[in-house]
Amino acid sequence: MLNAPIILAVSFAYLGLLFAIAYYGDKRADAGRSIVARPSVYALSLAVYATSWTYYGSVGRAVDSGVGFLPIYLGPTLMFALGWVVLRKIIRISKANRITTIADFVASRYGKSTLLGGLVTVIAVIGIVPYISLQLKAISNTFNILLEYPAIVSPAELDPGSLFTDTGLYVALVLAAFTILFGTRKLDATERHEGMVAAIAFESVVKLVAFLCVGLFVTFGMFGGFGDLFGNAAAVPDASKLFTLGGSDTDYGTLFWLTVLSMLAIVLLPRQFHITVVENVDERHLSKAIWLFPLYLLLINLFVLPIALGGLVSFDGRDVNPDTFVLALPMAEGQQALALFAYVGGVSASTGMVIVESIALSTMVSNNLVMPALLRGRARVTASHDLRRLILGIRRVTIVAVLLLGFVYFRAAGEATALVSIGLVSFAAVAQFGPALLGGIFWKEGNRNGALAGLTAGFLLWTYTLLLPSFAHSGWLPESFLQQGPLGIELLRPEQLFGLTGLDHVSHAMFWTMLANVGLYVGVSLFTRQSAAEHGQAALFVDVLREPGVGSRFWRGTASVEALESLLARFLGAERAREAVAGHAGAHGRRSADGMQADPELVHHVETLLAGSIGAASARVMIASVVEEEPLGIEEVMGILDETSQVIAYSRELERKSHELEAASAELRAANRRLRELDRLKDDFVSTVTHELRTPLTSMRAFAEILLENPDLPQPQRDRFLHIVVEEIERLTRLINQVLDLSKIESGRAEWDIAEVDLAEVVEESATATAQLLEDRKAKLQVRLPKELPSVPADRDRVKQVMLNLLSNAAKFCDDERGRVAVELAVEDGGVRVDVRDNGPGIDPEDQELIFDRFRQGGQTMTERPAGTGLGLPISREIIRQLGGELWVESAPGEGSTFSFVLPRAGAIEEEG
Amino acid sequence: MRHRRKGERLVALALLGFLLFNYPLLSLFSTDGSVVGVPLLYAYLFLSWGLLIGLMALVVRKS
Repeated sequence: MLNAPIILAVSFAYLGLLFAIAYYGDKRADAGRSIVARPSVYALSLAVYATSWTYYGSVGRAVDSGVGFLPIYLGPTLMFALGWVVLRKIIRISKANRITTIADFVASRYGKSTLLGGLVTVIAVIGIVPYISLQLKAISNTFNILLEYPAIVSPAELDPGSLFTDTGLYVALVLAAFTILFGTRKLDATERHEGMVAAIAFESVVKLVAFLCVGLFVTFGMFGGFGDLFGNAAAVPDASKLFTLGGSDTDYGTLFWLTVLSMLAIVLLPRQFHITVVENVDERHLSKAIWLFPLYLLLINLFVLPIALGGLVSFDGRDVNPDTFVLALPMAEGQQALALFAYVGGVSASTGMVIVESIALSTMVSNNLVMPALLRGRARVTASHDLRRLILGIRRVTIVAVLLLGFVYFRAAGEATALVSIGLVSFAAVAQFGPALLGGIFWKEGNRNGALAGLTAGFLLWTYTLLLPSFAHSGWLPESFLQQGPLGIELLRPEQLFGLTGLDHVSHAMFWTMLANVGLYVGVSLFTRQSAAEHGQAALFVDVLREPGVGSRFWRGTASVEALESLLARFLGAERAREAVAGHAGAHGRRSADGMQADPELVHHVETLLAGSIGAASARVMIASVVEEEPLGIEEVMGILDETSQVIAYSRELERKSHELEAASAELRAANRRLRELDRLKDDFVSTVTHELRTPLTSMRAFAEILLENPDLPQPQRDRFLHIVVEEIERLTRLINQVLDLSKIESGRAEWDIAEVDLAEVVEESATATAQLLEDRKAKLQVRLPKELPSVPADRDRVKQVMLNLLSNAAKFCDDERGRVAVELAVEDGGVRVDVRDNGPGIDPEDQELIFDRFRQGGQTMTERPAGTGLGLPISREIIRQLGGELWVESAPGEGSTFSFVLPRAGAIEEEG
Repeated sequence: MRHRRKGERLVALALLGFLLFNYPLLSLFSTDGSVVGVPLLYAYLFLSWGLLIGLMALVVRKS
């Protein structure tokens, strides 16, 4: 059964099946009914991590180092536990920026640096080619081993034959064809390949089932279960020493470093990045993958040790390479079908890795090496209208080149190194991306210089401590290079650098590379400055989970929509370009995008779309070619960042404003209270006025009625009554006039005839006018005037009104028997003061302010008949106040009263006012 | 908030895993004993690994 035609037929049947699945997956994706958009498929496709290195190599490593094979799978488990924090962030960033490779990611983070992108690509290619070579070797070796059935040969005994009869070459070519078919079918901005993912997920199932079948067969077919197996193994010294750590050549330091290494690798291997990040359909799928993928790893490792022990027990003493136990055990037991299935499982493990890895590498090479070179050189090819064919061409050539390179490496390196050590060398290479990438998503200060320095140093040390020694082991370099160091300098021995011993070669390399890489990344970042563009990108990456989509803010410039669309058309085709631009315009609520100046969002949108096709750094260059950019200075970026502090300032301003508003509203409340008070006063006033009006009216009515009802009243009495009526009418008229007068003055509607007034004159005139009144009261008037009296600006008639009022009040209230009224003028600071003194009963202190209220009069108004209208003093005070002076009273009961007012001089008014 | 809590719980599990799979806890099990025929070291590693995955699944589903 195990002959060449059947094995070949099965191999091609398997590839055909893969082909069919991938084709179906693509068809479904085109129809919009994706078969890969589910978390379990995502988790299975992640298992591309398990390559032939796992499938065959784990057993080999377990034979050497016992549990030493496990950290490679424990690390990813730990990293997936961190996945919600780390991977989710990377996925979010990549989706927002259309990042399609790890080189793109690093370049994009550090200001879209072409240099960094190129460096990452070079490291990835150099680091990964041996790993790809390993897969090709696994397929070709297992195929040849199977052909030798029933003999069980070691890979070292196989004759590779000439170049063209080497199975590896054809394996490489077949895989290249497959990869090209499904990996470069079209140029898509998202760089997703659903058919390929479906095929990878299927391969994951196949290799797991195959490995479990072999494991179950060994454990339960060849032995009577775990107990029997381990019991038998305990009798074989080579096997029993693996039971504990002490017996195997694995120490705790190695376990630690391998865990760290594999934690980094699960994120940083180009194929893992591609499957985890780029092919991720929905961020939520990560949730399930967090536990499902580690579970897959646990299952595929469950039987590693049983197979290793089974091999050691049954091949005890025979020269069988442990790396081939998975295949050799079924063969030795005559289980041809199982052996064939085991072979298919191995093929699936290898092909999955090769396909995804070469797609990822080809994207990297085309986006980060070839495109920048073409764009920089301004070669004619880039002027072509449709660059899609060019890019796809570059990728296809790269895929073939990478696979052939792998093949060449495998021809040249031969059998010298075990599978596992090649894998670890590759892991250590990609681990160099760790500080720049992981640092870049959590630490804003990490900058391009730091990343460049760290990566370069890490890569050089990796070359020196791992790659060159592996060359030496392969015989490409003299053994003495390892034993005595270069030029015999012992301190520089690559596997004991600076005399460091006690670590295995991978841990040793990891220590030195990470020391240099992390140290330089952090150190240089701390001591150099970021460029403006970098600063923006850094904030964008680190804060991606906080605020999405602010990228366009870091751009300023002008470009026409047309230019952008035609640029896009060259990479995506005219139709998709139009859709993209129109879609963007539509999404932003604009009817047509024709002939417009592109806004920053559109430019950013186009750049992001381009980045998906040709990488961030190249997209930047292309955009720059059609956009007249105004360079964004560090000040402006800082300005943008300063907006935050501005916002804080604004909120402070707001706070202040609201305080002001509060104060204003308090004032308003006070004003309102005063208005209410005034309103109440007005009501009081009205009711008082009506009361005051009623009194004379009542008396007039009474006398008029007497006159009407008694026509025969004697004439003298009739005259007296009529006289009283006339008097009351006069009083009423006076009252009404005064009310009107007061309201006029108070409301400011009164007309003032301001002129220089000689107060002495006014006083003398008033005295003359009230002479009769004083005579009636038998009171004596005394006027005392100073010799020099300045004139004051005032309304002469109004001042006279005040004087008359005060004098008549004094006449009314002075002593009945020996009444005396004195008027005195005096010059004061700023004005002229007038005192009117009487020797009446005086005013109680509590009444002294009340008498200035309307209708309030001194004395017992309830019992005595009022002597005036009660408006004289309020009017007087108001007049003086309007003239800028003051009117007040000084008095004590029994000592008379002095009413005084001061009128300011001309200068004083101006000063005050 | 829920996302953050979930993230924190998972990070805690990662730390737990790192402790479980490294010196010195690991050294406690690197002895000659066995659990139903399986060497103690392997039984411990696979059981604690499985437990960790179970806890991760629990955290992911609960939160």
